[in-house]
Amino acid sequence: MHFDTIAAISTPMGEGAIAIVRISGEYAWEIADRIFQSPAAKPLCEQPSHTIHYGHLHDPATAEVVEEVMVSIMKGPKTFTREDIVEINCHGGITSVNRVLELVLTEGARLAEPGEFTKRAFLNGRIDLSQAEAVMDLIRAKTDKAMSVALNQMEGKLSHLIGDLRTALLETLAQVEVNIDYPEYDDVEEVTIPLMVEKGEWVRDEIDQLLRTSSQGKILREGLSTVIVGRPNVGKSSLLNSLVQENKAIVTDIAGTTRDIIEEYVNVRGVPLRLVDTAGIRETEDIVERIGVERSRQVLKEADLILLMVNSSEPLTDEDERLFEAVAGMDMLVIVNKTDLPAKIDLEHVYEMAGKDRVITTSILQEQGIAELEEAIASLFFEGSLESGDLSYVSNARHIALLKQARHTIEDAVQAAKAGVPIDMIQIDVTRTWEILGEIIGDTVQDSLLNELFSKFCLGK
Amino acid sequence: MPQFEAGTFDCIVIGAGHAGAEAAYAAAKMGASTVVLTMNLDMIAFMPCNPSLGGPAKGIVVREIDALGGVMAKVIDKTHIQMRMLNTGKGPAVRALRAQADKVLYQQEMKRILEEQPNLTLRQAVVERLIVEDGEVKGVVTQIGAIFRAKTVIITTGTFLRGEVIIGDLKYSSGPNNQMPSIKLADHLKELGLQTVRFKTGTPPRINSNTIDYSKTEIQPGDDVPRSFSYETTEFIMDQLPCWLTYTTPETHEIINENLHLSPMYSGMIKGKGPSYCPSIEDKIVRFADKSRHQIFLEPEGRNTREVYVQGLSTSLPEHVQHRLIASVPGLEKAEMMRAGYAIEYDSVIATQLWPTLETKKIKNLYTAGQINGTSGYEEAAAQGLMAGINAACNVLGKDEVVLDRSEAYIGVLVDDLVTKGTSEPYRLLTSRAEYRLLLRHDNADMRLTEIGYQNGMISEERYESFVAKKAQIDAEIEHLRKVSVKPTEEIQAIIAEAGGTALREPMKAADLLKRPEMKYSELCTVVPPLEEITDEVAEQVEIFIKYEGYIEKAMQQVERMKKMENKRIPENIDYDAISGIAKEAKANLKAVQPLSIAQASRISGVNPSDIAILLVYIEQGKIAKVSG
Ligand SMILES: Cc1cc2nc3c(=O)[nH]c(=O)nc-3n(C[C@H](O)[C@H](O)[C@H](O)COP(=O)(O)OP(=O)(O)OC[C@H]3O[C@@H](n4cnc5c(N)ncnc54)[C@H](O)[C@@H]3O)c2cc1C
Ligand SMILES: Nc1nc2c(ncn2[C@@H]2O[C@H](COP(=O)(O)OP(=O)(O)OP(=O)(O)O)[C@@H](O)[C@H]2O)c(=O)[nH]1
Ligand SMILES: [Mg+2]
Repeated sequence: MHFDTIAAISTPMGEGAIAIVRISGEYAWEIADRIFQSPAAKPLCEQPSHTIHYGHLHDPATAEVVEEVMVSIMKGPKTFTREDIVEINCHGGITSVNRVLELVLTEGARLAEPGEFTKRAFLNGRIDLSQAEAVMDLIRAKTDKAMSVALNQMEGKLSHLIGDLRTALLETLAQVEVNIDYPEYDDVEEVTIPLMVEKGEWVRDEIDQLLRTSSQGKILREGLSTVIVGRPNVGKSSLLNSLVQENKAIVTDIAGTTRDIIEEYVNVRGVPLRLVDTAGIRETEDIVERIGVERSRQVLKEADLILLMVNSSEPLTDEDERLFEAVAGMDMLVIVNKTDLPAKIDLEHVYEMAGKDRVITTSILQEQGIAELEEAIASLFFEGSLESGDLSYVSNARHIALLKQARHTIEDAVQAAKAGVPIDMIQIDVTRTWEILGEIIGDTVQDSLLNELFSKFCLGK
Repeated sequence: MPQFEAGTFDCIVIGAGHAGAEAAYAAAKMGASTVVLTMNLDMIAFMPCNPSLGGPAKGIVVREIDALGGVMAKVIDKTHIQMRMLNTGKGPAVRALRAQADKVLYQQEMKRILEEQPNLTLRQAVVERLIVEDGEVKGVVTQIGAIFRAKTVIITTGTFLRGEVIIGDLKYSSGPNNQMPSIKLADHLKELGLQTVRFKTGTPPRINSNTIDYSKTEIQPGDDVPRSFSYETTEFIMDQLPCWLTYTTPETHEIINENLHLSPMYSGMIKGKGPSYCPSIEDKIVRFADKSRHQIFLEPEGRNTREVYVQGLSTSLPEHVQHRLIASVPGLEKAEMMRAGYAIEYDSVIATQLWPTLETKKIKNLYTAGQINGTSGYEEAAAQGLMAGINAACNVLGKDEVVLDRSEAYIGVLVDDLVTKGTSEPYRLLTSRAEYRLLLRHDNADMRLTEIGYQNGMISEERYESFVAKKAQIDAEIEHLRKVSVKPTEEIQAIIAEAGGTALREPMKAADLLKRPEMKYSELCTVVPPLEEITDEVAEQVEIFIKYEGYIEKAMQQVERMKKMENKRIPENIDYDAISGIAKEAKANLKAVQPLSIAQASRISGVNPSDIAILLVYIEQGKIAKVSG
């Protein structure tokens, strides 16, 4: 069997102080060698198999040192996949492990599909045949989830931008194709080299822009975006403070104190959260507050997890009900706060709306129920209910790697165009760029080009 | 109708159009005793449409046919009235030759070649049914009850199956150009369980050259250098006829818009799906309303006729409107119409019912090739005919089947597209259908395919030897350029300066110098003479190989990756229903196409990477879960 070289993060995200990026395949050692430097300056390829090495990773493009790491190298077939394997042990932080993966992908490894290491182990005869069914289920389940995540991300700004780039490329390509396939038609403008250069450079610059803005992707760097919502004065800021254990948001008993978004980064039992405290969502006349409220609604839409807080000492209000409606269908926990005060809330009704296992009762004031809340967040995450956050983290790394590849190919095209290479050669790299961008948003190839061709140009006898 | 035995053969070819002629020739040449049964022997290799062969992609197919030992290239080399190399201003991958044919001479020459071919019998006959026993074809029965028996049958009936000609509101049962349609055979194929779809194509009117005012048109001459499609051609036709270019006018567009209600396209009379790359003039004007004019090429149909083909005016509007259309075009004000344009609808076989050898999955030893498989175009037809002929002969002779892959030939792309994806409209080859078009060039068709032609007895010893010598010479010259250093002499600096490049500072390998976009091999040759005298063809390949090495290598790597998947075979008796993980749509399509390899499976529409992953696991597992009985 012969496969390409793959890589992925092989430790659960956010857990532990050490993370491992695993590379498997023919070029695993070679790739590692390109980015790894040991104090002894001896290449890994000259080291014996099944040894561990200390050193630094650097980015060959910038020569910048990225990480301090331990690297284990193992020659096949005595490995998990029976292929050559490298495991890079790095700091467990999301930022650093992502940088490492990104680097490995840029150097030519392909991001492993979910379950692919296992699949290889199986295909290479490493694991028992009886495990086949299990592997299949794994692949199926994981790909389905990955698909839905990819789709979610497609709604976003990124996919729009990429869509625009692809449209521009496709138009140029279609025109080149028409020039080639219908040379006798004078009514289709000949795509000139300067035009190609212009388009290519534009796309390249846009990709650069994208890479800059999304270089560490929101979730990558920041963890799951977790939004605390609730009517004014229910205790949102108090919860945030208690989780952060420092007084950042102002806690007052005047409704509407928090006028804007307050963010904090916390690590709750290994789960990285970007906690967002919002202004109480309600209609308001106060302009400053209204801006805060509007932003709250926006933040809600982008959240991975919602913490909806209600006040135990008051009956549920219309406003509470509207909040429940607004977050319906999202991953959420309901926090019934102020249990130290006499209860006036209809708890059964809350259970009905959210599901009992999603409701936590707390008294932030008396530091009650916070441990339960943390537990609930962690188990949601590790049970996989919040896996969308996890996967989008990986696919973001994938996006970055693909964007870099796309940048590379379009730059090749631009350079070739400037050097006077014929248009149909340049077209090869332009097409490749278009395909790579398509991989990001999960779009396929050939047919759309032909459709573009025949819908845009008047051809034929 | 009393029946009688009319003979037994290895191979029967039904139809002698472009597919049939090539199929019959190939089967006979390979040593299978072959009979070609065709409706009208005077219509062999008839061109019902454009009297022209080649162009981008298609021209390369003609070269490939020649490299495999087929006849199309040789016939057109002898019978053209004009040849041009297209896309010379672009890169080598897309250069292509196009020829205007003398329509009648082309037919005569093809007929002569078939007549001369040993092992091949030509017989005028209309086939009405096949003899099929136990899912295997055994022979055919003609209209008059003649029974021909054979081990293999190739159907190449083009647009004849239930053909219907449409002009305005007139619709009548007919083959192309008022030939007989094949209705019984069409019915019979349905009875046998072959699924068909209805396609449509059309052709423009023809006019009399004497009535054209050429002064209002632009001349389009052929190239004045010798050109040929075949690698064996040694005599070149230098006495060429020009084509002419003119344009539609606002008046043309007005006439069409006024009469659109009379067009069968828009009245709903035409139901078959037409090709989007070959729109009728009414289509063009409706869909591209903002274009003020369209090109019209005037192409002579031959040396001994005054008939001129009006390319660009394909239409099925009523004849009286066609008259006005023609008159609205500069130069054609007084033109006399000789034949009206028309549309034709016909049945074609859904090609996913075929194996990549073009054998039907349903009926063993039965092949279909040409427009019957949903393609359009003479070259596409000939290419399929050749492959079906070769494979039928291989079948009879017990040889390995011949399936070209997508990186080997446009023919491979064509066949793979057809049998893997099928087609929802008449299929035409375009260079953009080929993912490896840099490898599938006009210049290297022989390098790619001569070996295969030779292995199958399609290429003579003599030709093969000269091919081997050419190949060795190309390799040697490339090696030579890689080794030799060019010193910064005055002579070379002058050449470089002339070409607009930067001067040499130190010695450089000749190959590296040639890689510079501005450098030409012909110029470099004066400083680095070739090892021995080389032909232009050899020089061309050496130059392309060195200049575009980087790109070629990239393409080769891509091919390499695909080949790995191509080599993963899917067992024939796989039971997709037993594989739980594959999505429903993918399952249905996999079952319909029955791909032979993982690579082919991955090209089927609706089959996603996760389905492929699961399929792989099952196959590698060795014991295909449950094999259907
Ligand atoms: C009106 C028209 C317009 C076209 N326009 C275009 C175009 O714009 N662009 C393009 O690329 N191509 C066009 N074509 C297509 C091109 O002509 C065909 O693709 C090509 O000729 C197909 O070759 P073939 O060998 O498959 O079929 P054909 O050349 O049609 O040959 C079929 C042969 O089968 C024989 N036959 C049929 N039935 C029987 C039977 N029952 N028994 C015995 N023999 C039989 C016929 O006599 C004939 O010899 C057009 C064709 C037509 C008719
Ligand atoms: N009794 C009691 N009071 C609480 C509890 N939690 C918070 N409070 C008080 O409730 C008041 C409001 O708390 P905040 O945390 O500012 O509430 P908020 O939801 O952020 O309010 P806005 O930002 O104004 O929307 C403060 O006086 C807190 O001390 C609790 O569990 N019990
Ligand atoms: Mg607050």
